[in-house]
Amino acid sequence: MDFFGIDIPSYGWQTVLGSAISGVFLGSIYALVALGLTLIYGVLHIINFAHGALLMLAMYAVFYLWHFFGIDPYLAMLIVVPGGFLFGYGLQRMVIGKASHGKDEIILLVTLGVSIVIENAALFFFSATERSVRVPYDLDGIDLGVTFVVYPELAALGGSLLVTLALWLFMSRTDTGKAIRAVARERQGARLVGINVDHIFAVTFGIGTACVAVAASLLVPTYAVHPQVGYLFVLIAFTVVVLGGMGSFVGALVGGFLIGITEQLGRLYMGESLGVITISVIFIVVLLFRPTGLFGQRSG
Amino acid sequence: MSDRTRLVGWAVLLAVLAMAPLFISSGRWIDFLEMTLFVAVLGQGWNILGGYGGQYSFGHAVFFGTGAYIQALLQFKFGWSPWITLWFAVGGAALVGSFVGYLSFRYGLRGSYFALITLAFSEAFHVLSRSFPAITEGGRGVQLPLNQDAAQAISSFQFNFAGPFLSAYGFYYTIFALLVLAYAVTWWMEHSRFGAQLVAVRENEEAAEALGIDAFRVKLGAICLSAAISASAGVYYVQKYLFIEPGIAYGPAKSVEALFAPIIGGLGTVIGPLLGSFFIHGVGEMTKDMIGQVLADRPGVDLILFGVILICVLAFLPRGLAGLLEALWKRIAAGRNA
Amino acid sequence: MLEIRSLCKSFGGLTAVSNASLDVPEGKIVSLIGPNGAGKTTLFALISGFLKPDEGSVIFDGIDITGRRPHGICQQGLVRTFQVVRPFASLSVRENIAVGAHTRIAKRAHALEKATEVAATLGMEGMLEQPAGALTIAGRKRLELARALATGPKMLLLDEVMAGLNATEIREIVDVVRGIADRGVSIFLIEHVMQAVMSLSDYTYVLNHGAMIAEGAPRDVTREPQVIEAYLGHGAAARIAAMEAKSDA
Repeated sequence: MDFFGIDIPSYGWQTVLGSAISGVFLGSIYALVALGLTLIYGVLHIINFAHGALLMLAMYAVFYLWHFFGIDPYLAMLIVVPGGFLFGYGLQRMVIGKASHGKDEIILLVTLGVSIVIENAALFFFSATERSVRVPYDLDGIDLGVTFVVYPELAALGGSLLVTLALWLFMSRTDTGKAIRAVARERQGARLVGINVDHIFAVTFGIGTACVAVAASLLVPTYAVHPQVGYLFVLIAFTVVVLGGMGSFVGALVGGFLIGITEQLGRLYMGESLGVITISVIFIVVLLFRPTGLFGQRSG
Repeated sequence: MSDRTRLVGWAVLLAVLAMAPLFISSGRWIDFLEMTLFVAVLGQGWNILGGYGGQYSFGHAVFFGTGAYIQALLQFKFGWSPWITLWFAVGGAALVGSFVGYLSFRYGLRGSYFALITLAFSEAFHVLSRSFPAITEGGRGVQLPLNQDAAQAISSFQFNFAGPFLSAYGFYYTIFALLVLAYAVTWWMEHSRFGAQLVAVRENEEAAEALGIDAFRVKLGAICLSAAISASAGVYYVQKYLFIEPGIAYGPAKSVEALFAPIIGGLGTVIGPLLGSFFIHGVGEMTKDMIGQVLADRPGVDLILFGVILICVLAFLPRGLAGLLEALWKRIAAGRNA
Repeated sequence: MLEIRSLCKSFGGLTAVSNASLDVPEGKIVSLIGPNGAGKTTLFALISGFLKPDEGSVIFDGIDITGRRPHGICQQGLVRTFQVVRPFASLSVRENIAVGAHTRIAKRAHALEKATEVAATLGMEGMLEQPAGALTIAGRKRLELARALATGPKMLLLDEVMAGLNATEIREIVDVVRGIADRGVSIFLIEHVMQAVMSLSDYTYVLNHGAMIAEGAPRDVTREPQVIEAYLGHGAAARIAAMEAKSDA
């Protein structure tokens, strides 16, 4: 097939299905990253530009825990997730919250500044060399016929579903979760009933960072770590959140899968290089024509 | 500060910059000034849309890169004179500006959504420029042939092999001329009806509409002007370095540089981007001197510092360095009158 | 000057304005009153182009402006102010008013001159250099009025220009508005402050639950039973009549 001089190949359904399946696994990671982002947006109403940088930082943490102490990346979650929560809490409470004076446009720029500082600090301290982890199981997996699924991919899918469930349970069953939902819906009212809004903001940011830390653990076995890796994920994460709907967990999951599948199919039909443009295109189209996304509510 | 005072200040400043090469013999400092002026032009473009217009773009590289690519490709593929291609470069970027602006403003995108969509556009252009080597030379980039004939220096807009004066200062005066042009346009805009309407739209779009301002047309005009100015910086870049590739043209670095200078220097002021550029490059130089060559050469140092400065300025100096100077001037003036 | 015919607007299931018709003759001051939530500001938004009516028409100075964008309507000479004031906060008072002046004036210097003149007619000479964000509520209301006036309008839509002002400030604004009308500008105002309604307007319309329930001279309209009931509740008119009958007896 010829399309403006680009060759569009035709593939058998097995290849397409295989591509789509690997897209689902890729998408589960995207969903996990997007989950934290959508939570932060839903509660604080800010677009956290530093989200990708936090992912990158968590990935380096997982890498160095493996490199220096031989800790398996999945086990590293036990350290990195609480650490991520504390880091996110501190970042919001002491830097972002303080610097923004609560003004939306400023918050966007402040999180941009934070992402620049973190990314370049990583560049400075860790250098641009790509780091990879070698684990004994990273090439083993299940043969599905149309494609071969390695264990880390399965873990990624399982992990993101578990985290989504855990998050949903937390938000609906615990007191803190209810407080967070209260603040998300009505900031002033929550303050009036005695909820410490600054603390809740920081907790939310911490949870968002913790989600990203889980994603990092799941990514490191199959993804090389380098200072720019966060930047690559940022636009994808935003696309997922916008597609799924700001503030919706289900949206983040569904959006993640859709984006993952689209990206893989895009790669298949348009080549490695051009394939990723599908993400930018989806992002632009959704923002223009359906900014609330698939599952989102009208943002405040 | 009255307009007259400001104009006098500008005259002095521009005279000093014009005569700088006479007093500075060190190549390093001329390079420093050139780099500073380059970012000051790039940033002024951003400032028109972001500072005066209140629409923060996170993907300004899309305008810089388009200007640079058109400038390079028309020379590379068709051998046109750089003095002709530059009009196409600036015009082409303005067209891209109107495209991005039309889509964004027609659908009412503002604030964070606008910032994100500009980022998406610059990423899209990044991918496109990499994926169509037949048009853009792809990842290889465009390398312009070096002109080594001194007689052709001006017509080829390349000064590396020109006479003694031009080879040392040709590019400095090029970026200086672009600075004067860009800043004069910004000054004119600030004192025009268009500028007043743009600022009104920034402050309160609905109130502006109620007063007869077509906010869509005004914002569209702003983004085209903004794109054109940032593209002119791209023209300079291509002529100086004779090379452009997708990462340089459309990567995040130029987008970030474009917004640092005006935010730190003072959004919505003429001098903001210049002040901001001087400040960050000056601090960058001082830091490099202090921490020693070994550490300074490692990538990332500059930007860590700039990021921290950005956060500090946002937190403590919302009106930037220009706002600080304005406040100081008022104190001095009040002291004199007392 | 302004003719509204059968204007309707609903939001989902909620009818905000139903079949509203009114006239504002040239050079007159007409007021629109009604309890909170009656739909008065929605009506203004429909007239001035901020909302598109579902049905009906708005004819201004002989031209059908129904559903046109606000800036076009302003260019025609119909300007509205906002109930919740919207100053251009970081600009000075003079610069704020100049934005209005620029509707008809292209040159910056002339617009600034016009701004100074307009400010003077509203007694704002002293505040010209202040940033609009620093003004008091009364100052901001006056600024809102000044900005609208600077556009050289044929008619002003004033939305609760007296709200939040004390008695002295109200008297001042009433004089100012009367002065504007004397200069030939037609005025259509939404107001809760009854003394302003009485002393300023030649004619009054009453809106309740989106529908016109009465019209006429202000003094007469406020005596009509359905108007009293709109403000004071069902049966209020009868109770008041009974009380008055008792006190007469």
